[in-house]
Amino acid sequence: MTPDSARGKNRVESVMRALLMVAALSSVAIVLLIGVFTLKEAIPAFQGIGPLSMLTEKVWRPGQESFGILAMIAGSGLVTLGSILIGVPLALGCAVFLAEVAPRWIANIVRPSVELLAGIPSVVYGLFGMVVLVPAVRGIDVPGNVGFGLLTASMVLAVMILPTIASVTETALRSVPRSYYNGSLALGATRWESIRRVNIPAARSGILSAVVLGLGRALGETIAMIMVIGNSVIMPKAITSNPLSIFLSRARTLTGNIAVEINYATGLHESALFATGVVLFLLIMIVNTTARGLIKASMAGGVAR
Amino acid sequence: MMRKLALLAALVVAAGCGQQPGTAGEAGNGAPAGIRGEISVVGSTTVQPLAEVLAEAFETLNPGVTIIVSGGGSSVGVKSGADGTAHIGMCSRHVKESEFQESPNIMVHTVANDGIAIVVEPSVPVDGLTLLQCRDIFSGVITNWNEVGGPAMPIIVVSREEGSGTRGAFEELVLGDALMAESAILQPSNGAVRTTCSTTPGAVAYLSFGYLDSSVKTVAVDGALPTPENVAAGTYPVYRPLNMITDGQPGGIAGAWLEFILSDEGQAIVVAEHYLPVN
Repeated sequence: MTPDSARGKNRVESVMRALLMVAALSSVAIVLLIGVFTLKEAIPAFQGIGPLSMLTEKVWRPGQESFGILAMIAGSGLVTLGSILIGVPLALGCAVFLAEVAPRWIANIVRPSVELLAGIPSVVYGLFGMVVLVPAVRGIDVPGNVGFGLLTASMVLAVMILPTIASVTETALRSVPRSYYNGSLALGATRWESIRRVNIPAARSGILSAVVLGLGRALGETIAMIMVIGNSVIMPKAITSNPLSIFLSRARTLTGNIAVEINYATGLHESALFATGVVLFLLIMIVNTTARGLIKASMAGGVAR
Repeated sequence: MMRKLALLAALVVAAGCGQQPGTAGEAGNGAPAGIRGEISVVGSTTVQPLAEVLAEAFETLNPGVTIIVSGGGSSVGVKSGADGTAHIGMCSRHVKESEFQESPNIMVHTVANDGIAIVVEPSVPVDGLTLLQCRDIFSGVITNWNEVGGPAMPIIVVSREEGSGTRGAFEELVLGDALMAESAILQPSNGAVRTTCSTTPGAVAYLSFGYLDSSVKTVAVDGALPTPENVAAGTYPVYRPLNMITDGQPGGIAGAWLEFILSDEGQAIVVAEHYLPVN
C-alpha cells in the first residue's frame, strides 16, 4: 500500500466519521428543539396556573379557568397499563412461537401478518374500535357502561403495540446462542423447559427493551384513543363494586387532550395544552430512563453461566 | 406576504376612493367599474364552508377579485378580524363582552343564522323537551329518561369539545350559567358526535342543522321542532348568528363582498346551503 492511498483512506475515514456524527447529533438537536419550543409555549401556563396545581387538580374547564390535568395523567397511565396487560402476553407468545416453535413455513405466514399490523394507520384502528369493539364492550351488562372507555381503548392499543413488542422480542430470542438450548436439551430438559428456563431468561434484556418500546408507543398514541375512549375529563373510577370495572370508565389521555382542543385554543388555554405536552414529554423520559436502568440491572445479573 | 396583502388592499381602497368615494359597494354588484385584488377571511370552521361558496360566487361576478378563506375557529376569527391580521374574521357565536372590551372598534355583520337541534338516539321514545329540561340533561342534573317522560334508561350526553363554536353557542343558548356534565362523551367533530349519538343507546346530543340526517332523531324544544320555518317564526329558540367581524367600517373588496352576502342573491346562496337567511 502506498502512503498516498493510505492518506486517501484516512480522509474517507474522517469524512465518514463527521457525517455519521452529524446524523447522530441531528436527532439530539431535533429533540432539544422540540423540547425547548414546547417548554417556551408552556411557560405562561406554568406561571399563570402553577405546575403543582396543574398536576394535582382534577378539574379541567378552560372556560372557567380550571386547568388540572391529573385526570388525564390517570387516563394515560391506566390505558397504557391496560394495553400492556393485554398486549405483552400476546406479543411474547407470538414471539416465542415464531422464534422457537413454529415450522418455517408457518412462521413465514405469521411473521408478515404481524408486521402488517404495524403498517395499519391508527385512524383505521380507531374506526375499527368505534364500530366493532365499542358495541361489543357495551354488551358487558353493567349500569353506566357505554362501550366508550378504558377497556376498549386498551384493547385497541394492545393490538397496536403487539407488532413492535413481538418483532423485537423475536430478534432477542433468536440472538441467544443455539448451544444454550441444545445444552439444556442434552441435560434432559424438555423443549418447553429449555425455552422457559434458558432462552427467555437469556433474552430478557431484549424483551424488556421491547416492552419499553411498546410503552412509549402506547403513551404517545392519539387518534385511535380519541375515537374510542370517550374523552370525558373525569377521574377514572370503578363503576361497580368490582375494582376491575374501572376499565369501563370513560377517560381522556394527555395526547387526546392536546389533539381535541388545540384547534380552538387561544391564550392561557393554548399554553396549558403545551404544558400538557411538557408533562407527556417528561413522563416518557421517566419511563425510558427507568427502563434503561432495568435493562442494565438485568444485564448485570446476566445469564447463569 | 402580509406586506404584499396590505399593499394590495391599500391599492384597492385607493382605487375605490378615486372613482367614487364611499360607494365601493356598487362595484360589488357586478358593476363594470370592476374591482381587483385579494382579501383574506379567517375563523370559524362552521362559517368556513358557507364563506367559501359565497366567495366563489363573488369571484365569478368580479373576475379580478380573490378571496382566501381559511379556518382556525371562532376565537381566532374575532381576534384576527379585530386586529387586522385578516380583512374579515368569521365567528359562529355571539361576540363576547370581553372581546368587545378588548377591541371596541370591531363591527359585527350577521350574514346568516344557524339552528342547533337537540337529537337523540332513534330508539329513545321522547319527542319533546322543554328548554329547562335540556339544560338539566346536558348539565347532568337529569340523568335518566324516566325523569322526562321516557322509559327507565340512563341518559348518555354526547358533546363537542371545549372551545368549539357550536358548543359555545349551545352553552350560551341552553346551559346559561350551568356547566356541561363532566361525564359527557366528547367528540371533536360534528360528524363524530352524530355517529356516537346514533349508535349509543340512550344518547342525546346537539347538532348544527346542516348535519342532521335520518341516523338520529330530532326532538322538539318547547313544542317546536328544529326547522328553519320554526326558527323564522320565532318558535324554535336554539339558533345562533354566523358573524363576520371587521375592524371598523369595511371598505374596498371586504365591504363589497359583505354587501353582496346581504343582498337577495347572497341570501339565496345562504338558503341553498341549508342555513337560515338573516331577514
